[in-house]
Amino acid sequence: MPEVDASFLALPRHELAEAALQRARDLGATFAEFRLERIRSESIALRDSLLESATDDEDLGLAVRVIHDGTWGFAAGVALTTDEAVQVAEQAVNMAQVARPINAEPIELADEPVYDDVSWVSSYEIDPFSVPRAEKVALLTDYSDRLLKADGVAHVSVHVASVHECKFYANTEGTSYTQQRVRIGPDITAYAVDHDSGRFDSMSSCVPPAGRGWEYLTGTGWNWDDELAQIPGWLAEKMAAPSVEAGTYDVVVDPSNLWLTIHESIGHATELDRALGYEANYAGTSFATTDKLNTLQYGSPVMHVTGDRTAEHGLSTVGYDDEGVAGQQWDLVKDGILVGYQVDRRMAKVNEDLLGTPRSNGCAYADSSGHIPIQRMANVSLQPAEGGPSTEDLIGRVQNGIYIVGDKSWSIDMQRYNFQFTGQRFYKITDGKLDGQLRDVAYQATTTDFWGSMEAVGGPQTYVLGGALNCGKAQPGQSGAVSHGCPSALFRSVRILNTTQEAGR
Amino acid sequence: MTTAIQLTPQDTIERGLDLAAAEGADGCVVLVAETSSANLRWANNTLTTNGAMRGSSVTVIATVGAGEGTAAGVVGRSSVTDASLRDIVSAAVATARASSPAEDARPLVDGTVGAGWAEEPDVTSVNVYEKFAPALGETLRKAGQENRWLYGFADHEVTTLYVGSSAGLRLRQALPRGFVSETGKSGDLSQSAWVGAATRDFSDIDPFALDTELNRRLGWASRSVAVDAGRHPTILPPAAVADLMTYLFWQLDGRDAFEGRSVFSTPSGGTRIGDSLSSQPVNLLSDPQLPGLETFPFAVARASGGASSVFDNGLTLSATDWIRGGRLEHLMTSRHTAELIGAPAAAPAIDNYVLSVDGASGSTDDLVAGLENGLLLTCLWYIRMVDPQTSLLTGLTRDGVYLVENGEVTGAVNNFCFNESPVDLLARFSAAGATVPSFSREWGDYFSRTATPPLLVPDFNMSSVSQAS
Repeated sequence: MPEVDASFLALPRHELAEAALQRARDLGATFAEFRLERIRSESIALRDSLLESATDDEDLGLAVRVIHDGTWGFAAGVALTTDEAVQVAEQAVNMAQVARPINAEPIELADEPVYDDVSWVSSYEIDPFSVPRAEKVALLTDYSDRLLKADGVAHVSVHVASVHECKFYANTEGTSYTQQRVRIGPDITAYAVDHDSGRFDSMSSCVPPAGRGWEYLTGTGWNWDDELAQIPGWLAEKMAAPSVEAGTYDVVVDPSNLWLTIHESIGHATELDRALGYEANYAGTSFATTDKLNTLQYGSPVMHVTGDRTAEHGLSTVGYDDEGVAGQQWDLVKDGILVGYQVDRRMAKVNEDLLGTPRSNGCAYADSSGHIPIQRMANVSLQPAEGGPSTEDLIGRVQNGIYIVGDKSWSIDMQRYNFQFTGQRFYKITDGKLDGQLRDVAYQATTTDFWGSMEAVGGPQTYVLGGALNCGKAQPGQSGAVSHGCPSALFRSVRILNTTQEAGR
Repeated sequence: MTTAIQLTPQDTIERGLDLAAAEGADGCVVLVAETSSANLRWANNTLTTNGAMRGSSVTVIATVGAGEGTAAGVVGRSSVTDASLRDIVSAAVATARASSPAEDARPLVDGTVGAGWAEEPDVTSVNVYEKFAPALGETLRKAGQENRWLYGFADHEVTTLYVGSSAGLRLRQALPRGFVSETGKSGDLSQSAWVGAATRDFSDIDPFALDTELNRRLGWASRSVAVDAGRHPTILPPAAVADLMTYLFWQLDGRDAFEGRSVFSTPSGGTRIGDSLSSQPVNLLSDPQLPGLETFPFAVARASGGASSVFDNGLTLSATDWIRGGRLEHLMTSRHTAELIGAPAAAPAIDNYVLSVDGASGSTDDLVAGLENGLLLTCLWYIRMVDPQTSLLTGLTRDGVYLVENGEVTGAVNNFCFNESPVDLLARFSAAGATVPSFSREWGDYFSRTATPPLLVPDFNMSSVSQAS
């Protein structure tokens, strides 16, 4: 089990926190919190098996957030000195004072037990930053070569993003923790170009980003040998596949595609800050408003969706959130009904009666020391059916339909009603059997219609934890990493578009 | 740690270059970016978050070897001190030594000490909102009294970039960037409107004027009409044109086109440079000196990619026509990829653009006055690539789609999901207005230096109806 990096523990974290929190108290803040964050990130990109770029970055800084005269104030700085910590605390108070005239609601926070100098480290085996660059590039070059040397592959792009995040948090209530998280996101795509027709297409690995270390790239948690051997054939079949006939089809959606539909149409829609309008000017609001809690028929009775910050290898998994709240798991949709939201401490306090609990479920997150914590997404996952069917069994229930694998294009409206997704591979289903690939497929639906048409979910043997490293939200923009687990699932009568026809060709 | 010395940007660069030479690097570029920013965010007629941030980042690019055999190592850090700078430079040199030769290796850009080199970074603070914040507070109270809701964000940042290289280059450039974006909703939340604008210093942003425009638009929505999906005559105001054209701008990668995997590829191999994209006199150009849209006049690359190279840091950027008179003139390239695709010179990306139509005049309101029956959009949202072959984009309309009848806005209609290609739109639009500074709803937070005209598209593809309001 890895431990918190010694070089982070060597930073004067307690000393800086005490200086900042004391200054905030002295200036009249009724609550103050301090974060020291060090985020190491590495990005390696290969183009046609040659190293295109490799960067190694580290962001290190401190932040103070205060409640002063009932108003939030936030400030951040980069120098790790007690002078800077004091100055940043003063700036945060100043910010609260400038903002006071436009604040109409005194800020109060939900209670949370105090955690005194605790420590938490995510589950991984090999810190990506401990592996020599040359060794990493050699492995990725091998993966790239396997594709580039295959028939029909014209180009290959490989990209791997690795992140090592260390955080120290302390607040005036007495909580302090040190936390370390590691995540990695590989991205491998093969391209084919037909010089007769000018048509080109691509086939990407379905590997999801994960809260894992470098071991993920060498076979722990993903079968690279198998997938890399199959990608050229899949791509060739897609290039030769017939274009889909637009219409209404039954579809079986693979977890490699369904995670993104969950992210967009359930994950964001059950963020309470969106339902309350805080994101109305940017990410948008939600159709799942608070007046519908415990009554909205979100989907069919087989739909059970949870939020959690606890799943092993989950990208949103933490020991404690950015307001000092411990990681939890809870229901968002049960038996097809909306039953919960993702919240932070302020929203938990204001909406205590509505939510039926006085505690935050721990969804506060800031993507760096330079940004303010906001409500960010937990791992939002669709639960499989105990003893449920395999993907083949689900396909077997379809007479004329499409099996959708891998994510590609995605879009959804500002209230999370209407969405359109494409994918990596689309297999025609004829009389319960796969019947070759189709191309130019997109599916479009209204959220509650789509989840209402879900006839069956697969069993635990079909469950996969997908996810994204780059979910965007808030102003100024913040990037979040989040996982979504789901089984395969069967949907009846889904609208399928032909994307070539949509382009007017 | 607490006794380490914070270095000035100039000292960081001089020391970094010296350290790299001492470590045996053959070349080195050091980039220092000093940033400060202040923001206010509001929702439901009250402040929600705010912040005042200072940031600093140092990127060291070390090169070893000569000519075609040169390799690069890139290391970036925030909060550099005299002690940590040594480690960063060592890491960059060691990485370069461990790397194979870079495909894009070229001699580092040479030069001399540029104007203002010795100056300190420019900064901003919350004081930029001294007049804006109280006026905003008044509009929030007024909205509450009038049973309307306001939501918005104001951001101001100043970035000062310093670039130094072992080839003698010393450049400094400070740039402010700011914007405001505000959404208004009716008391029952059934209607929504939006306005946005870019600014350099907030002296030209009046919260009362923003509120008045939101009110005008919410007034249009007092009548609502259901319109089906389909191809409709549609007026795209400058903001919506920027939503789509910014995506087109990002597709102008020369290498992707040359390799047959972009909308700007020819079937037989090679790029469509020289092809006509539109029968109309459409121009798309970038120029770091454009009045009001000034941006960094030299290339800055922290990583190499299709159209950028870390070896090109400091390369002078000059006015570039991407599209002239409807014809594709240039695609974006580094020095390396320019050679690869047979372009006469590198054309790196520039952080602004102007789309214009020769001879076009008038405003969005003038296009409305000339339209018998159709739609007027506010902006587009969640725009994503569906098919790079045609540059087919999908996305949604947002915060105000209006019905135009006999030259007048007569009501608000439902939102739509669209599927459209910006390249096709340049060939299909039937009327245009004058080019004006614009602020893209989708991309403006990050890419705000745009100027675009309003366009009338006779057959904009609304693929389905969205219930969002």
